[in-house]
Amino acid sequence: MDFAIETKDLLRIFKPSRKLFKRKNPNGNGAPEGPVTALENVTTQIREGELFGLLGPNGAGKTTLIKILCTLLLPTAGHAYVAGYDVAKDPFPIREKINMVSGGETSGYGLLTTRENIWMFSQFYGVPSKVAKARIDELFKTFGLWDKRDAKVRTLSSGQRQKMNMVRGFVTDPEILFLDEPTLGLDVNASRVIRDYVMGWVRRQKGKTILLTTHYMMEADEMCDRIAIIDHGRILACDTPENLRRGIRKDTTFRLEVDTLKSTSMFTGMRGVKNFSAKNDIANNTTSLTFILEDESPVSDILSSIQSQGSKIHYLQKSEPTLEDVFISMVGRGLE
Amino acid sequence: MSSAARIHWRSFKWAAWLGWEMDSNWTEPWLFMVYSVIKPIAGAFILVLMYTVFALIGQFRDPDLFSYIYVGNAFFIFVGNTLFGTFQVIQSDREWYQTLRYTYISPISYYTYIVGRAASKVAVAALAVVITLAFGALALGVRFEINLAQLPIFAAAFVLGLFCLVSIGICLAGISFMTAKHTHGLAEGIPGIFYVFCGVLFPLTALPEWAQSVGRGIPLTYWFDLTRRLLLPPNTISTGLGFFNDYEILALLLASSLIFFLMSIGIFKLGEFLARRAGKIDMTTSY
Ligand SMILES: Nc1ncnc2c1ncn2[C@@H]1O[C@H](COP(=O)(O)OP(=O)(O)OP(=O)(O)O)[C@@H](O)[C@H]1O
Ligand SMILES: [Mg+2]
Repeated sequence: MDFAIETKDLLRIFKPSRKLFKRKNPNGNGAPEGPVTALENVTTQIREGELFGLLGPNGAGKTTLIKILCTLLLPTAGHAYVAGYDVAKDPFPIREKINMVSGGETSGYGLLTTRENIWMFSQFYGVPSKVAKARIDELFKTFGLWDKRDAKVRTLSSGQRQKMNMVRGFVTDPEILFLDEPTLGLDVNASRVIRDYVMGWVRRQKGKTILLTTHYMMEADEMCDRIAIIDHGRILACDTPENLRRGIRKDTTFRLEVDTLKSTSMFTGMRGVKNFSAKNDIANNTTSLTFILEDESPVSDILSSIQSQGSKIHYLQKSEPTLEDVFISMVGRGLE
Repeated sequence: MSSAARIHWRSFKWAAWLGWEMDSNWTEPWLFMVYSVIKPIAGAFILVLMYTVFALIGQFRDPDLFSYIYVGNAFFIFVGNTLFGTFQVIQSDREWYQTLRYTYISPISYYTYIVGRAASKVAVAALAVVITLAFGALALGVRFEINLAQLPIFAAAFVLGLFCLVSIGICLAGISFMTAKHTHGLAEGIPGIFYVFCGVLFPLTALPEWAQSVGRGIPLTYWFDLTRRLLLPPNTISTGLGFFNDYEILALLLASSLIFFLMSIGIFKLGEFLARRAGKIDMTTSY
């Protein structure tokens, strides 16, 4: 079977740009010295009809992967195929079948109206006028932009611009759609609308595929058929949310809230502790801890080392694993 | 229409539409019109001033030479506008509107898109050139002598001249794929070079031998020369191209334009490839 998206041993290294005139003492804050490996050994297969999620912390390589698949960036080594075409050799037929939206970014021509902006992009794809017009109207209504349809883009709020960009993504009715953190920075309602629309769009039509990246665990869990967990450019796991959770069900998950801890290093490598995450809440002067344990035996060690720092325990709870716990057990830290 | 032609057409058409919307809508329509008329007339006055200074220093008062300079400078408006028009597309779409990545990944010809975006700048320039020429004839005593039989050759030269300018502009655009936004100097410096080497301000023969060779390698030289021949009465100015007849000049213009066109494709593709490899297609530089 052909896959909508397929990558083989994808590698992407960013070299620091060679400066024509090197500064004598490189103390200035510029690009980090030395090459950055943004993606390494990435091999994935995404089926037609799938809503596939990439979940990973900042700098994991999510955007880099999307850029390669969208023909914006060349891989350093390895192969990537979109709709069966090689991204490096055959970008044009790919471009006819894809579209991309990245959230948290407010692109657009300020002097044009929202409708003109979208119209122009639909015409780049050769969408017939009647079809484009009907789609634009429907999408503007869906995303709550109807009363902004004739407003100049420069007068839109950043959230409204982001919604306009969602419309731009759907108006061309691509076969494969890339969404890079589509709900970043949107309010609860707008995020809800977008999530529902995205899910409906993939599921009610045949032959549509979406690759979505997100920071939000809940979003990935709720929306995606399959999720790849990515960190430091490597895919650590790839499965349905259900199977990912099942994978650590034999582990024990504990949550604690304690007075702020000065250090959490003593938990690293503690016997029986598979992984843990710690998050300080400065306002309440507390630390929230999540432990993934092989069994319950290390709990007493954990508690005594917390107490030895003079920190009081506010609560302790054993819980069912969530996707977040799966993430912690693999990445060694939480997402937000 | 074949599918390739359809793709180029839609790339050009919508890019030209976008360029026009942006160039004409930044202010009220009447202000736009006033600006479009005043600007070239102001430019003409600067020329008069320059000529007067020359006349005082060099003590020459040759009305033919004034006409020569005047027409050259009028047509030079095309150079600045077209080169700036093509050069700023990538810079502004990437840094300011942040639409470049979406335009770039859409199924258009990005080369043709840039040409389309520059089209409105060329149109505005054409208006400015016409106004400048009319102002010269009516207010400054520039004498034109136009032979209608030569209209086809004038039109051919005009089309080739613009074609060649756009090719040079695309070369700059190809380079700007790789450069950050503070390289506006390129769009300003290159026209400066043409101004000196293509016989705009003074005839080619006023330059040293090596500089004349440079000038003969640039198609714009032939365009300016031919344009003046066709618009102005015969004169005694030594242009260094006098031994060619009009058709030979046109042939030279055609040949050199084709070379520049091929070069523009090469440089554009190379710039695009290097930028895609380096991750610079959609970079934003916040300095
Ligand atoms: N153009 C570039 N030049 C140099 N390094 C880059 C470039 N783009 C990305 N990187 C580096 O590659 C790594 C992966 O970046 P990427 O943008 O793919 O992360 P991400 O998973 O999308 O993160 P986020 O959640 O913050 O959006 C980072 O270390 C980043 O610094
Ligand atoms: Mg990202």
